[in-house]
Amino acid sequence: MSGVIALTGNPNTGKTTLFNALTGSTQKVGNWPGVTVERKEGRFRSQQENIHVVDLPGIYSLGVTSVDEQIASEFLLGEKPELAVVVTDASNIERSLYLVIQLLEIGQPVVVALNMNDVAASKGVVIDHTVLETLLGIPVIPTIAKTGEGIEDLKKKIILSMRSSAVADFRIPYGEKLNALIQEMETVINASEMEGSGMDLHLAAIKLAEGDSLVWRMIEGTGSQKRVSQIMEKAGREFERELGYDIQTAIIERRWGYITGLVAEVVKKDLNLKQRLNLSDRIDSFVTHRLLGLPLFLAITWIIFKLTYTLGDPASDWLDGMVGTSGELLGTWLSGQGFSPLVSSFLVDGVIGGVGSVIVFFPYIFLLFAFIAVLEDSGYMSRGAFVMDRIMHMLGLHGKSFIPMLIGFGCNVPAIMGTRILERPRDRMITMMILPFMSCSARLPVFAMFSAVFFAEHATTVLFSLYLTGIITAVFSAKILGSTLFKGESSQLVMELPPYHFPTFRGVMREAWQRGSIFLKKAGTMIFMAVLLIWVLSNLPAGVEYASRESLVGRIGDFIAPVFSPAGFGFWQAGVALFFGFIAKEIVVGSFGTLFGVGEQGIQAVLPTLFTPLSAYAFMIMTLLYVPCIAVIAAVKRETNSWKWPIFMVLYTTGIAWVLSVAVYQLGNILGM
Amino acid sequence: MKNQICSSSNMSLCDIETGKKVQVVKIVGQNTLKRRVLDMGLVPGTMVSVERKAPFNDPVSVWFRGYELSLRQNEAEAVLVKPLGCSGCTACGRGR
Repeated sequence: MSGVIALTGNPNTGKTTLFNALTGSTQKVGNWPGVTVERKEGRFRSQQENIHVVDLPGIYSLGVTSVDEQIASEFLLGEKPELAVVVTDASNIERSLYLVIQLLEIGQPVVVALNMNDVAASKGVVIDHTVLETLLGIPVIPTIAKTGEGIEDLKKKIILSMRSSAVADFRIPYGEKLNALIQEMETVINASEMEGSGMDLHLAAIKLAEGDSLVWRMIEGTGSQKRVSQIMEKAGREFERELGYDIQTAIIERRWGYITGLVAEVVKKDLNLKQRLNLSDRIDSFVTHRLLGLPLFLAITWIIFKLTYTLGDPASDWLDGMVGTSGELLGTWLSGQGFSPLVSSFLVDGVIGGVGSVIVFFPYIFLLFAFIAVLEDSGYMSRGAFVMDRIMHMLGLHGKSFIPMLIGFGCNVPAIMGTRILERPRDRMITMMILPFMSCSARLPVFAMFSAVFFAEHATTVLFSLYLTGIITAVFSAKILGSTLFKGESSQLVMELPPYHFPTFRGVMREAWQRGSIFLKKAGTMIFMAVLLIWVLSNLPAGVEYASRESLVGRIGDFIAPVFSPAGFGFWQAGVALFFGFIAKEIVVGSFGTLFGVGEQGIQAVLPTLFTPLSAYAFMIMTLLYVPCIAVIAAVKRETNSWKWPIFMVLYTTGIAWVLSVAVYQLGNILGM
Repeated sequence: MKNQICSSSNMSLCDIETGKKVQVVKIVGQNTLKRRVLDMGLVPGTMVSVERKAPFNDPVSVWFRGYELSLRQNEAEAVLVKPLGCSGCTACGRGR
């Protein structure tokens, strides 16, 4: 017994809750190799056995039409887990059974957890699980993951099934015509090509007939491919003539036909169109209303935005204050002990300051994910996507993209993490890549300062124009990215609108805490290192004044200054300020104070000596669009699990920022502004 | 054959008014979308009721096999349907 089992099942069946109930606090979160999809693992102990549980992405089938399905298929066929536990929704057993019979068909030993039995009962659905056990030849255990009911029984049955070596030979009755076709195909597939795939010829023939791209790739360029294609083409014409549809449709239709038969025997009182839960329907007629639906969604998203920041700000400020105070205490203590100012500054400004710049994000991420969990667990998220999809789709995005985009106006970091609500990599990546153009609140102090100094009575108009520039840039970027980098991938909706549920407090808190701590662990390290690096650059070589022209960062500022000459701010202080803006954009203002040795109050007097109103506007455009701060880059690195995307983001945002600020300055000059 | 003539009518899921019930004839078009829709249980013969349409009539949501699924307009166009109980062809508007 190797002790590895896979947990799988449809989305919205309580799979996550069941995984939590099974494995408790032993969970580890990682990534599937090469993709952005998260991989969760955990353990449990029962009857002297240690069982290792791998949580597969929530899927509806093994059809390999999405990354999630591909991961699940490859894991099941490649790693051959000893057992797959399929979480099914008892109140909607029909749809859940499709995945079950697909798994049985590939020869995977299965145990079914018949979850949400309470919901089923409340809808008047009674499932005779013993009949289902007999019909499928596998254990079926009723569970209510939310309360933990049936979990011990499930553990027992898991161990029992793993100890018995009997593998049921499961065949779906495809009917005479399809069976004849499958048999014919079996005879022409070369057995050696299927070696290592974990499939016998019969299964391979079925997979080829249903058009499984993984299996077609296996026989690509071989003699089998040609012979199989010939047989299928000929049979395909016959199917089309007699049934009106192709072989793939016929195979899948037979599977659903088999399921319809199972359901008829197992479910005592079926849900038909009229017996639906009235409440869900009534909520929906309001929530997805043609006139009210959109304003309601916008209002809910706005409330989440407000709450995330109104509740998050004081918490974040408090954490910041705590860090500041402990830094001061340490500083006093260090100087009392006779440490040199450089060592003291390294520990206080570098190390403690670095920790500070990480944990200030925690409250926002925690809160945002608590709200997202409420939206998702309740079932409202997909309604929001439903009413918003048309508008967002015009930009090449998904209905759900709207939520992270709005959150981005507060802070890009939780917004980047929030793109997790998008299942398709294409939607997710495009949303992530355009998020930095949503002007976060850290950029506001920079705009406020410059507009006040240079545009006095027109400050509001200037501010508005900047936000608008950001949004327009985002829209154009989405369009361009969608038709270039992500050209091949189609965007799809095909989304379930699950029945409404009351989210549980525990489930919501767990999700929020998990996201927050992942950020601290994974992205935090990188942010911390970057702050340390900036400290080193500002204070070395030893003896220089902090961030002066002679310091390393001053030299960098000097070096990059000429690049910004065409934009009207080609002096070293601007270079340094922009470099500092890399840690956090609000520092840009403060660093001007430091650079001129005047403090924040004196900046207003100093700025007009360097900038004209035109170059000040160009500088604001630059600040708006260039490299998001280091925390955003760390979040993108963590979410995409690669360096490729953060580097791409840095380059193209900075590129756009430079081009636009130069354009503004040069055009303004021509117009004589 | 009777069925064939019905299925040759070009009615798709997005032509159906809210509240109406229809039967799936076949799924046409692009490969991954077709596969996905079939895997979700929209196979020939399935009875479907059109539940609601979002603002601008896109996406639409349909109810079948005990659950509700939403499809973009272009996705719903790939689902060819016929009225319930279409045995002859008068209902399809395509008499012999």
